[in-house]
Amino acid sequence: MAVPCSIPIKNEQDIVLARQVGRNLAKELGYGNIEQSRVATAISELARNIFLYAGEGSIVLEHIQKEGRVGLRITANDQGPGITDLRKAMEHGYSTSGGLGAGLPGVKRMMDEFAIDSMPGKGTEVVVTKWRS
Amino acid sequence: MHRRELQEQYEKLLSNFLAGDREAQLYMAQQLSKSLVTQDIAPEDIVDFHIQALEKLVQMPEPVRESFQLLLEMMMEYGNTYRQHNVLRDKQKQLESEIDLAVVMQQTMLPQVLPEFEGVEFGLISVPAKKMSGDYYNILQENDVTFSVAIADIVGKGIPAALCMSMIKYGMDAQYGLTPATRLHHLNIVVEQNIDPSMFVTMLLGNYDTARHSFRYAVAGHEPGFFYRACEQRFYDLEGRGLVLGVLRDAQYPEYELNLEVGDMIVLMTDGVSERKVGMHYLNRQELTNLIQGELAHTAQEIAENLYRRLLLMTNYELPDDHTMIVIRRTK
Ligand SMILES: Nc1ncnc2c1ncn2[C@@H]1O[C@H](COP(=O)(O)OP(=O)(O)OP(=O)(O)O)[C@@H](O)[C@H]1O
Ligand SMILES: [Mg+2]
Repeated sequence: MAVPCSIPIKNEQDIVLARQVGRNLAKELGYGNIEQSRVATAISELARNIFLYAGEGSIVLEHIQKEGRVGLRITANDQGPGITDLRKAMEHGYSTSGGLGAGLPGVKRMMDEFAIDSMPGKGTEVVVTKWRS
Repeated sequence: MHRRELQEQYEKLLSNFLAGDREAQLYMAQQLSKSLVTQDIAPEDIVDFHIQALEKLVQMPEPVRESFQLLLEMMMEYGNTYRQHNVLRDKQKQLESEIDLAVVMQQTMLPQVLPEFEGVEFGLISVPAKKMSGDYYNILQENDVTFSVAIADIVGKGIPAALCMSMIKYGMDAQYGLTPATRLHHLNIVVEQNIDPSMFVTMLLGNYDTARHSFRYAVAGHEPGFFYRACEQRFYDLEGRGLVLGVLRDAQYPEYELNLEVGDMIVLMTDGVSERKVGMHYLNRQELTNLIQGELAHTAQEIAENLYRRLLLMTNYELPDDHTMIVIRRTK
C-alpha cells in the first residue's frame, strides 16, 4: 500500500476499525502474530486518547521503507485541547487508568520510534513507527 | 470487583470473540486487561480464567486441557515479578509523597511574586529535572528604583542540592543592601565553611537600577548569560570572571556594569538551559541565541516559556538538568 490510509476517529467503532485496518496491514506486510497485536494495541491507545480527550481526529496508517527495512507508521492527529504538560504525560504511572505500563509510555515502549507534539489549545500529533523484525 | 464477576466477564468476552466479533472483542479485552492490572490480577490468574471459560464453552481435547498446566507454571514467575513490582510501586508512592512535602518546602524558598517596575519586564521559568531543584533564583525589590537578581546552580542534583539551597537562601536574606561583589564574597565564606568539598555553587548576582537602567553584577563561575543590544540586533556574552562558591576561602569578585537602552535585554540561565544535547551534539551558544532571536517579538515571559518548549521538543522531552531562565528587558 503506497497511499497512506486515513481513518477518522469519532466513536469507539472507529477505534475498532482502525485497529482492524492496522492489524491487516501489518499482516499483509509480513509482521508476526505478536507484532500485529502490538500494532493494533498501539493504534487503539492513540485512537482512544483522541476519542476521550479531543473528541475527534484521525489515524493515518502507512507502509514505509528505509534502508531496506519495512515499517509501518501510525500518525494520530487531532485538533483537541492538546497536552499542557507533555513531560508529565510521558511519565510512567501518570495515565489516569493507573496501570504503570499503560497509555503513552506503553505505546512508546511497544513501538520502535515515537514522537509527540502537542500545543495547548491547538491539538496533538503522535507519530510512531514499528519496523518489521 | 469480585473474582467471580471477573471470571464471568472474561467468559463473556471469550464467547463473543469466538462467535466472530473479533476486533471489537479484542478492543474490549484491552480495556479489561487495563482494569485487571489495576486490580492486582496476576498473569497466572488470567490463564486460569481462560481455562475455566474454555471448559464451559467448548469441548477440549485432553492434551489441550493438560497443556494449560504447563502454561500456568510458566506464568508463575511472571506473577512473582508482577507482585514484586506492586510492592515496589507502593514503596515508591510512599517515598514520593515524602518528597512532595519537601518540594512544597522548597517552593517557599523561591519568590512567589515578582516585583513590578516601570519600564522593565521580567520573564522567568524554572523547571526541575527531578522533583527537587538545584537551581536557585530570586528577583527582589531592594528599594523604590532598584531590584536585585540572583541565579545560582548548585552542582549536584536532587535532594542534596535542595538542602544546600536553603543555606544559600538564608545566607542571602542577611545581605540586604550590599553590593553584588560583597554579597558574593560573604556567601562564598558561608558556602566554603558549610558544604561538602565535592559540592559547589555557581552564581550570578546583580542589582538593577531602574532610574538609570544600569545593571551591576558579579559572577561566581556561573554560566555566562546573554546581553541583547536592540540597536545592533546582536547578542553578547554577559561576561564576568570569578571563582565558583565554596572552593577558596577569600575569593574576590569583580563587579561589572551594563547600561540598557530601550529594547535591550539580559538573559540569565543555568547550564540546564545551555548544555542541551540535541541528538548527538550539544547545542552551541549561537544556536541558542538564534532560538531566542526568533522569539524577540514576544513578551519576556513568553520568550522564557517558548524557549523552554522549543528546547524540550528538540531534546525529545528529556530534561536531564534543572532548567532556569530569567529574562529582563527594558521596555521604555
Ligand atoms: N490526544 C490528546 N489530546 C489531549 N490530551 C491528551 C491526548 N492524549 C493524551 N492526553 C493527555 O495525556 C494523559 C496521558 O495519556 P495516556 O494515554 O498516557 O493515559 P490515559 O489516557 O490517562 O490512561 P490510559 O491510556 O492508561 O487509559 C491523558 O490523561 C490526557 O490528559
Ligand atoms: Mg490513554
